[in-house]
Amino acid sequence: MKTMATVLATAVVAFAAAVPAQAQAPASSPTLDAVKARGFVQCGANGSVAGFGMPNAQGVWTGLDVDSCRAVAAAVFGDATKVRYTALTAQQRFTAIQSGEVDILARNTTWTLSRDTSLGLDFVGVNFYDGQGFMVKKSANIKSAKELNGATICVQPGTTTELNLADYFRANRIRFTPVVIERLEENIAAYLAGRCDAFTTDVSGLASVRASNTPVPADHVILPEVISKEPLGPSVRHGDQRWADIVRWSLAAMVEAEEIGLSSTNIDSQLNSTNPAIQRFVGATGGLGAMMGIDNKWAYNIVKQVGNYGESFTRNVTPLGIERGVNNLWTNGGIMYVPPVR
Amino acid sequence: MANGHSTAIGGPSSGGLMDSKAAQWVRANFFSSWWNTALSLVLLYIVGKTLIWFLGWGVFNAVWYGPAADCRAAKGIGACWAVFPEKWRFILFATYPYDEQWRPALSCVIFFALYVYSALRVNWNGRLPLVWIVGLLAIAFLMWGGTFGLSFVPQERWGGLVLTLILSTFGIALAFPLAILLALGRRSHMPAIKTLCVVYIELIRGVPLISLLFMASVMFPLFLPEGITIDKLLRAQIAIIGFAGAYLAEVVRGGLQALPKGQYEAADALGLSYWQATRMIILPQALRMVIPPMVNTFIGLFKDTSLVLIIGLLDILNAAKTAVSDPAWRGFGPDVYFGVSLIYFVFCFAMSKYSQQVEHELNRDRHR
Repeated sequence: MKTMATVLATAVVAFAAAVPAQAQAPASSPTLDAVKARGFVQCGANGSVAGFGMPNAQGVWTGLDVDSCRAVAAAVFGDATKVRYTALTAQQRFTAIQSGEVDILARNTTWTLSRDTSLGLDFVGVNFYDGQGFMVKKSANIKSAKELNGATICVQPGTTTELNLADYFRANRIRFTPVVIERLEENIAAYLAGRCDAFTTDVSGLASVRASNTPVPADHVILPEVISKEPLGPSVRHGDQRWADIVRWSLAAMVEAEEIGLSSTNIDSQLNSTNPAIQRFVGATGGLGAMMGIDNKWAYNIVKQVGNYGESFTRNVTPLGIERGVNNLWTNGGIMYVPPVR
Repeated sequence: MANGHSTAIGGPSSGGLMDSKAAQWVRANFFSSWWNTALSLVLLYIVGKTLIWFLGWGVFNAVWYGPAADCRAAKGIGACWAVFPEKWRFILFATYPYDEQWRPALSCVIFFALYVYSALRVNWNGRLPLVWIVGLLAIAFLMWGGTFGLSFVPQERWGGLVLTLILSTFGIALAFPLAILLALGRRSHMPAIKTLCVVYIELIRGVPLISLLFMASVMFPLFLPEGITIDKLLRAQIAIIGFAGAYLAEVVRGGLQALPKGQYEAADALGLSYWQATRMIILPQALRMVIPPMVNTFIGLFKDTSLVLIIGLLDILNAAKTAVSDPAWRGFGPDVYFGVSLIYFVFCFAMSKYSQQVEHELNRDRHR
């Protein structure tokens, strides 16, 4: 009995000691400490979506989302290769970040209120603005989604895509027949075979399907209506603000670099630039890295090893046949805009 | 096709005993009545048509080598085998570091060597476990590395064929003893042990493997204290072992129940202890009776390992699926799946053939 009591007492004391320690430690980041001790960043990525997160034929992970993890590794370690990837399915992804299996979730995940709050995630930014659209055959002579009255529409189940579709048609009081097919490939095949009049998914997906899956891309048109907002971006576990800062500003640094004209090819020649924005960016002045508890050359390392946002986009997303569009910088007619890195 | 047959049989230079016998056999088995003749002709036509189509698609019109554009041009007419020269290393080894892929390749060879070695009955002696331990240690050393100049490769990067082999080999090897214990426990007279075994078996058999894998991969980490994570591969492996153990246990129990009561009584009469009797009299007879259903379970398990794709492990099937997600090669899923299914077929067919042979040899006494 005595030992039992001792154990209990010890447990209570330990617990009591642990709780305030956790509560009053905003200055340190448990995730950053763990990442540093481990020597690599754990990144939850998609694994099977080309352009965003997928290993290539050599088994090397590539993609826009993958680059946001590599940027964090470059910022923390000065080495973009210090990342270990976990391929996550749509169902697994939130548990993986909650349980600490991954430090960053970068798996083309839409930033929504419910995910940001009830799922215990913190979205740190947007690396791709997407939205849902429709593709139809040109021969159908349809110019707008409003003309799709009575159409059969191919859609993948279990996604926000299916819900958005129903919402949109109900709001516009038009009737449609959904053809629900689980796999993307079969969906495309059904559309091409004429089983559906229209195919709906994110606009980026439509563009890539049109470019690489249709025999004659010009025979298909993507309708102008974009019926949903799908801002995709990396997220971290709720409650570790400093880690969230590092991931947020690593992403921002890539966009900022494009804005001020720094790229992986020219950053070395800009090291001695007199432009104060560039001086701050490469860590010559300002001490921005130290404010986050990492090396002052963090942003230099990101751009040198991963590239700026535009380079990453061109390398990963452009080959899919997706145009830059709204993902252009705000200075170029897009909506990609980050707070100033200063 | 029917014409081809008859000319082959009744060729100009023939007329020997063999040929006429063959002709008789064909007539007796395929053309004995108008109904059978009609059936044979229809079937021959269907088989011939399919074969011609398949040869056209898979051989003559297939694109064997070249860029994806060639395949796209031949889409619907011929198969696209050109995806394999491009992607075979990814399908077989997935994300294992490209320059180090000789290591999983060698590991696969060691696995094959172990299979062949243990398949030969000459080697069924005390040395067998030792050979396996040495083989598995060598594989572990090759895969992980970290010493003797080999770079360390974390488990997240393992994938492809070697992952399938690891999951199924350990799954079968560890589920088997678990199953024997569970089966014995279920027939035990000790209520606690019996209840425990029954509950375990029924619980595991009551849920699909997918939900077990989900539990292992999604739920389980939430129960662990923060900062402690158990490797995803290990969690999946444990789920597979637990699952296969429950199914195999019922197979083994079938064997135990089929054994005549006299065998148990005879063992008791000899004064053997429970474990002695089980080891020397009961199990050897019970297990050899259940070879067919056991191999059935093994084959099922081998194919079930592909379910780990839902938890994001890159086994050979998932690697193939990922390979055709590449936009350049998108749309050639069927071709790649065909190639992968051939690999599965080779393994499953080998298991089934081998089990037939073992069954025949072990049950020779019954054929008398």
